[in-house]
Parts: sequence; C-alpha cells; structure tokens
Amino acid sequence: MILEYTPEQRAFRSEVRAWMEANVPGAPLPSFDLTREGFEAHRAWERKLNEGRWGMVTWPEELGGRGLDLIRWLIFEEEYYRAGAPTRVNQNGIFLLGPTMMEFGTPEQKARFLPRMAAGDDIWAQAWSEPGAGSDLAGVRSTCTRDGDDYVLNGQKIWSSRAVFADWAFGLFREPGSERHRGMSLILFPLDAPGVTRRPIRRMDGEMVFAEIFLDNVRVPVADRLGGEGEGWKVCMATAGFERGLLLRSPARYQEAVRRLVALYRRHRDRLPASIGERVARAWMDADAYALTIYQMCSRLEAGGQIGPESSTNKIFWSELDLALHEVALDILGPRAELHGFAPDAGDVGDWLDGWIFALAGPIYAGSNEIQRNIIAERMLGLPKG
Amino acid sequence: MQFAFTEDQRAVVEAVRELLADSCTPADLRRQLAAGEAVDAGRWTAIRDMGLIGLCAPESAGGLGLGMVELAAVAEIAGYVGLPEPLVELAGVAVPLLAGLADDRGWLARVLDGAVVALGHPADPFVAGADAADALLLDHGGELHLVERPAVSLVRQQSFDPFRRLFRVDWTPTAATRVGTGWGQAADRGALLGAAQLVGIAQRAIDMAVAHAGDRQQFGKPIGSYQAVKHLAADAQVKVEFARPVVHAAAAELPLGTLAARARVAHAAIAAGEAAHRATRNAVQIHGAMGMTWEVDLHFWVKRALALRHAWGTAADHFATIAERIDTLPTGADLTFASAMAVPG
Repeated sequence: MILEYTPEQRAFRSEVRAWMEANVPGAPLPSFDLTREGFEAHRAWERKLNEGRWGMVTWPEELGGRGLDLIRWLIFEEEYYRAGAPTRVNQNGIFLLGPTMMEFGTPEQKARFLPRMAAGDDIWAQAWSEPGAGSDLAGVRSTCTRDGDDYVLNGQKIWSSRAVFADWAFGLFREPGSERHRGMSLILFPLDAPGVTRRPIRRMDGEMVFAEIFLDNVRVPVADRLGGEGEGWKVCMATAGFERGLLLRSPARYQEAVRRLVALYRRHRDRLPASIGERVARAWMDADAYALTIYQMCSRLEAGGQIGPESSTNKIFWSELDLALHEVALDILGPRAELHGFAPDAGDVGDWLDGWIFALAGPIYAGSNEIQRNIIAERMLGLPKG
Repeated sequence: MQFAFTEDQRAVVEAVRELLADSCTPADLRRQLAAGEAVDAGRWTAIRDMGLIGLCAPESAGGLGLGMVELAAVAEIAGYVGLPEPLVELAGVAVPLLAGLADDRGWLARVLDGAVVALGHPADPFVAGADAADALLLDHGGELHLVERPAVSLVRQQSFDPFRRLFRVDWTPTAATRVGTGWGQAADRGALLGAAQLVGIAQRAIDMAVAHAGDRQQFGKPIGSYQAVKHLAADAQVKVEFARPVVHAAAAELPLGTLAARARVAHAAIAAGEAAHRATRNAVQIHGAMGMTWEVDLHFWVKRALALRHAWGTAADHFATIAERIDTLPTGADLTFASAMAVPG
C-alpha cells in the first residue's frame, strides 16, 4: 500500500495545473441550460480542452485521449476542479456513453463517434427514462422496428439532461411485442433527425436542464445500434455502473466545494454555533472518505477488477454528501441563503443556492437512492427480491 | 500511488482469517462465556505460534517486522469474529510502546515469549484485562510507568462486555517504575486499531441481520424481501464501505505522525464508530424481539461496539483533532493524502 504520488504523477499534476492556469476562463461561462449562447460557449471550452488533448485523458491517443490510467484521471479531475474550470457540458457523452462505447462499440463506431465526442463536436444527451419508466427502467415502451438496414423509432423520452441543445442522444428502445428486460437495444440518434421533437422542461429555478423527446417514425441505420440487438439492458447496466460508481462524480468536485465551505465558515464562524463547525468537519470527512474510496476502487480497477454493486453505495454516498455540504452553507448564510449571487446585497452568497438546487436532484437521478438501497440489499448482501 | 494490499499482505490476512474463523465461532464464545474464561488457551497458543503478537515488532527483536497496515487488517478480522483475547491491544499498542523504550526491563522479549502487558492509557480510566496481565503500562502525569502485576491492586468494574473485564488500578508510581516520558503514538494506534475492529464488528452485525432476514418469515415471505428491512441493512453497509478505506489510509499514514495523519486516524475512529453503531442498532431492529435476547449471538457484537467506540478517545476528542487540521492546514482536491501535505511547494 503506497499512498504517495510518484515523481511522474507529480509532474503530470504540474502539467495539468499550468495548462489550467493559462486557459481556464477568468469569468464563469453563461449557463448551458438556459440559452444556445451559453451552450455554445461551453462547446468552445470543450474544443479548447481538446486542443490541449485534455478532452478525455483515459482514452487511447488515436481516439482523442492520452491513454492514461485512472489514477492520472483522478489527478486531472483534481486540478480541473481546483482551477474552477467550467462544468463539462458533454458529461453524458464523455463519462457515460464514451466508456460504454469503449466496451461495446465496433471499431467503426469508436472511430466515428469518440474523437468528435472528445472534441465537443457532438454533445450528447441520454434518452432512457419515459413517463412510465423511471425507477422501473425495464418498463420502457418506445420501440425500434427493424426495416431492412434501418430502425424506425417511435415513442416518448423524458428527463433527458442537455437534450434541449445537444446534437445526439443515446436511447433505450424495444422490439415491438417484447417485454421487460428482453428485446431492448441501445440506439444512437441525432436530435435534429426528421421526426424528433424536443420540448424543454423547466426546473424549479427556471433553467431548462432537461427535455422531453418525442419520436415519430425516426429512421436510423442499424449500424448506429450500440451492442447486440436485444442486448440493450446489459449495455445500459454497464453505463449505469460508470454513471453511479465512478466517472460522473469525481471526488474532486466535492473536495473543492468543501474547500469553499471551509472558507465561508471561517468568515462567519464568530456568530455560528459549534454544531455548524461539526457539520463542516463532517462535510470535509465525507468528501475525503469518498476520495479515498475512489482511489481504492481505481487501484483495484487498474489491477484488472470490475465495477460491481459498490457503484450503488458510491451513488448514495456522493448524492447525500453533496446535499449535506450545501445545506451547511445555506445555514451559514442564514437570511441571505435565498438570494441569487447577483443580487445587489448578496455579498459572499456565491452559487451555494444553485449548487443546492442541483444537489436536490442527486438522490433521484441515475437511479433513485431507494432503488440503490434495493440493489445493495439484493446484489451485495443477498437478501431476497421483493 | 497504489491503494491496495500487496500479495504478501493478502497472504498474511488470509492466514489470520482462516485461523480465527475456525477457532472463534459463536459456539466457542458461548463455551468460553459459560466457563468464565476471558482467554481460550488453545486459541491464544495458536495466535502466539503464528507470531501475531510480534507482527509489528522489529525482526531483530524476534518479531515479524510488519506494519500498521497488516495489523489493521488483522484487527478488522478480530472485530468480525468477536475475539476475546487481547491480541490487538498487545500487538498493536503494547509491543510498539515497549519496542520504543530505551530500557524495557526485558518485557518486550517476555511479551513475545507469551507474557501479557495490559494498558492504562489516560484516554480510558479503566484497564481491560488487568487481572490476566503479567505487567501493566500505566500513566502518571503523561509519563509512562511499567508495573508488575503483584505491585498493583485491582477493583473490578462490572460492565457489559463479558470478555472485556475492566478494573480500576490502584498503584504507587516511583522512580523505579518510570520507563518513558510519554505515550508517543499509542493513542493514535489504539484509536486506529479500535476503528479497524469496529469495521469488522459492523460487517458482522450486518451479516447476522441479513441471515436472519432471509430466514424469518412474516406475512408469508422472508422479512428481508421487504424494502423497509432491506434499507436498514443497506444504510449500514454504506457506512461500512465509507469507513473501511479511511481505516486503511489511516493505517498507512499513521507512521508519518503529522497532524494530517492524526486527523485521518480521528476520521477513521469517528466513521468506524458510527458504522458500528448504525450496523448493530439496525441489526437489533431487524432481529426484532430476538435481537434483545441473550440467546441470539448478536449481543456479543453490540457489546464490543459500545466498548470500543470510546476506549481510545471520545467523538469530541476526535472532532477536536479534525477541527485543528481544518483550521491549520490547507484543504482541497489535491491534498487528499497526508503525504501530499509533506511535499514542499
């Protein structure tokens, strides 16, 4: 057990730090969930990252990456968050679809989609949930009807993050007449294809963070199916493992939020009760515990291990940690907690409110925490299905 | 950066797991309880023969020369099986203390040869297992004294865990009993190894609850098929999953002796203590009324969890260490590891 970075890892950290210091925009970019302008500003940032070959450092060089191991990916993420760089507008692509394509994609699919994904040329949305299929994802009703070398897609998707402005989506569809986990396929489709209609859904704060997608006889080539025909469930579960367990929420995000929380606490501690100090300490501990768990998990994956049901314990932990740390910040801000950061008398309110609204969704998306608890009980502990 | 056990470490841990899983079953604990024995002679001999008492002692002194990482893994197993014998305290705290003394009066060699030294650390007003010890390491004003058993008188303190016999020790410090100026890292070692045992205790409580919930039927189904019961078990397991890596990191970093390393130990103690609390509490709930009984084995782990949570410092002590670390050292994503804090620049 060696809990020290090698000289090469430290040099890599310095390289990332120097690039970020030289390139991260000085002012925050406008939201990517409100206007096309904000969305395109984030795409431009993705292109800049790609020019520095930082799009997705773990991918092979020929697909737009650097071929680095997971420990270096963690170091990259630490420096990324430390520099306050913009949120990755293409996270559905690079963190979810990308690794899934690496595992299940054909060489042609990888060459066609992954470099464009790393470059931000294609921004992706996820099209899994439906009005009748949320936690019970196997209840998907949207169909893919085979017609020669094409599929014809029909149905309705919902809660698709980034889908308002994104270019492509990866969706779960079933053969007509099939039921539950059988007969589903994962199919890639352009969001501007004929027959696709998008309707933004406003979040409680007005941002259009997700959309409904209506599909009316949308024709896509069979070659744009990821994984085998009828094997969509298996492919989706691999994606879900990445989503819940590792890539979507790197620990650096929470550790840097805690660093800001500690600074906020220091500015106000004179008028705060001791219980707030303990909650700040707890947030610091939890962020570090998550980081240590992920470092241990990455060491195991590098040694050839697989992501297992611990993706469910991880998902519960990061989502609850995120909420708890934002709630301490709001309690410290007191009567100013409800202000937006740009209000005239906001002072050091910052974006804690936005962060809290975002964190509220954490226990719901990527499989609700109640479902994760069932998975832990059944697959990790072996309790009988209900 | 390699946050994983080596092959050698795995081999040691597996050998210990096998020995203790075979020789320390709930039936063994009940036999020992009925006989009123805090030490099982056969098991204790097997533990000594494996060299576990000297796990951390230098090879030059006849030990195995291994470190806290191995010892923490052994402690987790000791917690899991509910080991009554003082292996963890002896090998993890007493032996390193004796090995660090300028003049140990021959006690390190005696301990490696089978003698037992009990610990009277200032964090705990009572000494566990003092009656079965050959000598005691005791505190007087922060200084370390080594006193042989006949020179102290003991007052038994009736307590919950039958295998942790507690005593108030009455004794007179003299220049002759004084062997050291302080306890060094003893409190951190004790807290860390307590945390490792608490992780094992938590996992055992969950495993027992899961076995019961898969077996016990109500409304025509195993109670473990109901979500309300599943979630009690899952919540406890999440606590365990996010305590264990902290314990491992604390074991690897403890030798640094820095504030960052001490805060990690404090974190491990808090996280493992809360995991054991949550797991034993939920396990009692899942067992229903049976969970309250003498007949069901769960109480062995309920008792040990309560005992170890505060034996090497209270939660308030540990939070104070963490507050000091947050107040005086920088925080951030690049500073997860204590080693990163020591690197200049």
